[in-house]
Amino acid sequence: MVYRGPYKVRVEEKDMPAIEHPNDAIVKVQRAAICGSDLHLYHGMMPGTRVGMTFGHEFIGVVEQVGPSVQNLKPGDRVMVPFNVYCGSCYFCARGLYSNCHNVNPNATAVGGIYGYSHTCGGYDGGQAEFVRVPFADVGPSIIPDGIDDDDALLMTDALATGYFGAQLGDIVEGDTVAVFGAGPVGLFAAKSAWLMGAGRVIVIDHLEYRLEKARSFAHAETVNFAEHDDVVVHMKKTTDYLGADVAIDAVGAEADGNFLQHVTGAKLKLQGGSPVALNWAIDSVRKGGTISVMGAYGPIFSAVKFGDAVNKGLTLRMNQCPVKRQWPRLFEHIRNGYLKPSDIITHRIPLEHIAEGYHIFSAKLDNCIKPVIVPNAG
Amino acid sequence: MPYRAEKPGQRPSADELRARIPGWGADLDPKDRPAVPKERFDPAASGAHWDFPERQPEKWPRERSIEHQTLPPVFGTSAPPKGLSGALRKLAYRKYSEGRAAHWLILIAADRVDAVESHLRSFATLRPDNPITETGVLSEFSNKGLSSRTGSKRADVNHQWLDPVIVAGPWLLAGGAAVAILRTLTNRRR
Repeated sequence: MVYRGPYKVRVEEKDMPAIEHPNDAIVKVQRAAICGSDLHLYHGMMPGTRVGMTFGHEFIGVVEQVGPSVQNLKPGDRVMVPFNVYCGSCYFCARGLYSNCHNVNPNATAVGGIYGYSHTCGGYDGGQAEFVRVPFADVGPSIIPDGIDDDDALLMTDALATGYFGAQLGDIVEGDTVAVFGAGPVGLFAAKSAWLMGAGRVIVIDHLEYRLEKARSFAHAETVNFAEHDDVVVHMKKTTDYLGADVAIDAVGAEADGNFLQHVTGAKLKLQGGSPVALNWAIDSVRKGGTISVMGAYGPIFSAVKFGDAVNKGLTLRMNQCPVKRQWPRLFEHIRNGYLKPSDIITHRIPLEHIAEGYHIFSAKLDNCIKPVIVPNAG
Repeated sequence: MPYRAEKPGQRPSADELRARIPGWGADLDPKDRPAVPKERFDPAASGAHWDFPERQPEKWPRERSIEHQTLPPVFGTSAPPKGLSGALRKLAYRKYSEGRAAHWLILIAADRVDAVESHLRSFATLRPDNPITETGVLSEFSNKGLSSRTGSKRADVNHQWLDPVIVAGPWLLAGGAAVAILRTLTNRRR
């Protein structure tokens, strides 16, 4: 697929990706997913989203070709590829901060490399395609282990790893009340992960009833439909005996609803790095001394965040793009033990040729869409 | 109530939660959490077999943040800058750091210019842009466009009407301006 401008994508024939560095691999994509953060690109919110780019940072596939210095992969290997492009050897990678790699993104120092996520994230084409270039093949991709099915592997490349990481950043202790803003894939996985870390209550907040139903059935969570409350912050206080949640997780990011002015200035007019409604609600809903974990993606421009309340309440704000591969060994265990079944959230399978419809369905939240998977060569 | 020392409210016991939630408490010990501690110095863990990566060939002068001391060794080559939008992008990278609003606002403006340039360029090809197929809007009819928005309170329906305005608005304005110019020219000739 290629981006053609805000709200427009189409399928085009592009040149076959080439080995551009000795440690590159070319991967033939078997499955890709559309992420909620792809919608920020699709809506033209992320600076450096150029016409002609191919999106897609969640994908798995088969190695087609490897560069001369690749030691750990060979053609024919089935691999899952973390959304981070990273070198494995810079100051940050040496400390496990793979999402903050300094050797892969000329366009910005504040963010590492991400497949198919604008030039602000390095200018790499993504995996919503038949083939994709995968830099640092000895570092990022892993062979899909036995016992992990393709759909589960696909969701581990971002959504599951990010949700699990988000719950960890909450520093949850036994019995904590955890409020998760957003019942999309990352929010659902964060809610599910909060239980693994010993939460006593998990409350998921959204406005889409079908997603809240999924939060109840998939993530065993209590739910709040904020569209049914005049003031969701007051409701969150009431439901926590006026204490507030111990931990709040923002799993919404730049296109949050709930405040018309914030949404229009952030998501439509691009005058902010995003609409920080969910983050502000998290700040106001969490208890004094509590922790906020930000997993929602925001653009690099300023946003109208309520830092005064965060300061006065003594909050701890934690955030990062997920260093995906660090999460995998433990997530493999949880999947094998039956604690997690990530593919349960997939709702749509869309041939690559119909990707424009896939983006519209996901963007407009049609047909109870939670997670669309793109299948190249489906015909 | 938080006006006294005890944590308010009642919680189910660990045993109750363990019985109800698959895997409850499996990561209760922070030592089992892979993101703890945040930084863990272990250069060998990544699989990298280099101190510094070989450099990828730079096939055109690669735009880069002035906060970088040097061009990083590996980078994407998806869409080289071109046209007026490319000139704007080069300006944003050459002159302003990531800490300056001007950097990002110029890049956002360049994205809009890029879209217009690309649409116009497409009209000179055998495959001009088609807003019907490229927006996927026909899925409104095949994927419950109406029923998805009715029957429950959705907070996003109050602004979704803006989406077609954002997509079609610039074209309508440009078309209107073209008609106005043509009329003016025609009237002058008369």
